[in-house]
Amino acid sequence: MSDLEVFRKEVSEWLEENCPPSMRTPLVPEEEVWGGRNAQYVNPESKLWLERMGEKGWTAPNLPTEYGGGGLDRDQTKVLHQELYKIKARPALNSFGIWMLAPCIIEFGSEEQKREHLPKIIKGEIRWCQGYSEPGSGSDLASLSTKAEDMGDHYLVNGQKVWTSYADMADWIFALVRTGPQEPKHSGISFLLIDMASEGVSTKPITLISGKSPFCETFFDDVKAPKENLVGVENSGWTIAKKLLQHERNFISNFGLAGGGTGSGADVVSIAKKYLGEDNGKIAHPSHRDNITLHKMKEHAFGLTLQRSGDEGGKASAASSMFKYYGTEHNKDRYELMISSMGNKGLGWSEQGFSDDEQAITKAWLRTKANSIEGGTSEVQLNVISRRVLDLPS
Amino acid sequence: MKLILSEEQQFLKDTAQSFARDKTPTNHFRKLRDDGNAKCWDDSIWQEMVQLGWSGILVPEEFGGSDFGIAGISVIMQELGKTLTPSPLLATSVLGVSTIKLLGSDDQKTTFLPKIVSGEATTALAVDEGNHHNPFEIEATATLEEDKWILNGQKVFVIDGASADLILIVARTSGKKGESNGLSVFIADKNSMGLEISQISTADCRNYANIGMSNLTLNADALLGEVDIAGEIIEQVLDLGRIAMASEMLGNTEEAFEITVSYLKERKQFGVLIGSFQALQHRAAKMFCEIELTKSAVLAAMHAADENSNELERLSSLAKFQAGETLHLVSNEAIQMHGGIGVTDEYDIGFYLKRARVAEQIFGTSEYHQARYADISGF
Repeated sequence: MSDLEVFRKEVSEWLEENCPPSMRTPLVPEEEVWGGRNAQYVNPESKLWLERMGEKGWTAPNLPTEYGGGGLDRDQTKVLHQELYKIKARPALNSFGIWMLAPCIIEFGSEEQKREHLPKIIKGEIRWCQGYSEPGSGSDLASLSTKAEDMGDHYLVNGQKVWTSYADMADWIFALVRTGPQEPKHSGISFLLIDMASEGVSTKPITLISGKSPFCETFFDDVKAPKENLVGVENSGWTIAKKLLQHERNFISNFGLAGGGTGSGADVVSIAKKYLGEDNGKIAHPSHRDNITLHKMKEHAFGLTLQRSGDEGGKASAASSMFKYYGTEHNKDRYELMISSMGNKGLGWSEQGFSDDEQAITKAWLRTKANSIEGGTSEVQLNVISRRVLDLPS
Repeated sequence: MKLILSEEQQFLKDTAQSFARDKTPTNHFRKLRDDGNAKCWDDSIWQEMVQLGWSGILVPEEFGGSDFGIAGISVIMQELGKTLTPSPLLATSVLGVSTIKLLGSDDQKTTFLPKIVSGEATTALAVDEGNHHNPFEIEATATLEEDKWILNGQKVFVIDGASADLILIVARTSGKKGESNGLSVFIADKNSMGLEISQISTADCRNYANIGMSNLTLNADALLGEVDIAGEIIEQVLDLGRIAMASEMLGNTEEAFEITVSYLKERKQFGVLIGSFQALQHRAAKMFCEIELTKSAVLAAMHAADENSNELERLSSLAKFQAGETLHLVSNEAIQMHGGIGVTDEYDIGFYLKRARVAEQIFGTSEYHQARYADISGF
């Protein structure tokens, strides 16, 4: 047996023993786990599952063991994911800390920062949010104006962030702040970690077209952030910011795959067969069937491209722009096809006349409209591909 | 299945790239066209390919080939596709070899395969009979009278049909039009009595023929393998052809895109490079994404073929579909982005458009493969 097969056996045995029964059933939104100081566990088994996975470091399988990660290589990580998938295990932890911040702390953070923050991220003890966009700085992110003044032992932060996902539930925020107001716009930005419990931080949820409020406005009013919370060098935060965006975009790319990312988890083919009917096992309506086939073929080729990128060693920063662009546009297309297959059943807003699943799809359809805006719009991604990959002139 | 090339495949690709760049740049094709070369491929160039072993890439070692697999020949076709290099590789070294290899008796393999490897013989596979690709819509018949096979019917759009030494003919020995059962393959010398080969002239200026059989009389040993059971094998051979074709189309696409992006960086209007216009940049970026998807689909399909995966049919349809859609898009955009010069014969980009539409038809259009993919997937 190869080492990898031995590892697979170990993983499978461990999961058999440690993954609680209810964690192998389809996820219900109320039971999603994000961890943090104020985490609420509707289902006590989700807490147990997080603790066990966190203890192994398998919530962040590829991060080093010395900081609490799993210390697995690429192939081992793949095996772990395959085994988790096999038993239909729920994700033990959803975490912006793991998806975005941790890789940047590993690359740019000080030893103290690694020891302080990584273990808590991996165990789900601290929940992070992302302070990037501002009311005046969306696609033109580098024009941000939240300022951090050097006060000796701390920075004094004043300004406003927007589209901060789950800021009202987060414990800490990683924020881009302007520390060099006289510098050119890209050269005066720093990457600062701020405790949301600090005096002067406040948040206000934003209600979206889906009726939900995953995003907030976040206000900083004379907030004191200790100097040791600066990641990397002052005024060179833009490099870290871009790197983090790549991690974010790679993550969002998975939305392009059925069942990836947020949404209802519904499959467009089964939905179409259910609401349009079947004709000898085929989706009964030929035009709908054609549209869905086209969509599924693109998805297949896109999935193969994600796989190829991994097999090639996951190089090229511009690849993340391509994946972000394609994956989010594809996810929007999926939900358009879904509600169109459902006819008037795809238009429900509340329980009068609509099942929970039907409403969830309608809400998810509305939610997908933000996919191609958050993390850099589709147009920004196309700009990045034009400039960085194709080397077209500006 | 890892979606990367092996060292061996990368080596073949590099060799083919240098070959195409040094010996058959696009001008080579232009000259063949201008000279009215009837074969539409160059004998001496083909012999050089034979020397490199390309004719025998799918041939088992015992018959003189290298058995490097469909991935090996596909990456060569991709590189040759970049410069629109015509050659008998598809019709002979993919379709001919695979049909004989998968269907023929040991005697037949011993007779024909070494001749193909050595460049002594080229082949053509005659399947389609209608305006659209459909491998089972076959009416041509073969009946056994005494110890002779008598073939009658009409084949169209046969690749390399105008030059091939050996014509492999798919005919019905039982069953009805539309059925995959009851098909058999016969091998006929191009000079056989009763075989009428008429070259047709197509927009891409390659070698195709319509082939009529009127009481074409062949010896009993002209039947490849067994009677009535060729349907599944033909589908498998066609899948290999689709993958090789998709790979060539990927090469066409990559080069047409490269030429176009270069043009965007040199052509000035309104005092600036036209590549600085966002209206063009975003279209170029979208093409880039589709090309990346095509690369992955083609790689997955060629590896599936070489690993005898049960996903072969689905992946072959995905590859031909994605390659067709992308080439269609890029060949149109390439012309438009070039502006006036794009529609002149003097400039090469038009060749890619004309080749594109023919290539899209070969072994099934995107529509054909979309329908096939849906059926296989149970949609």
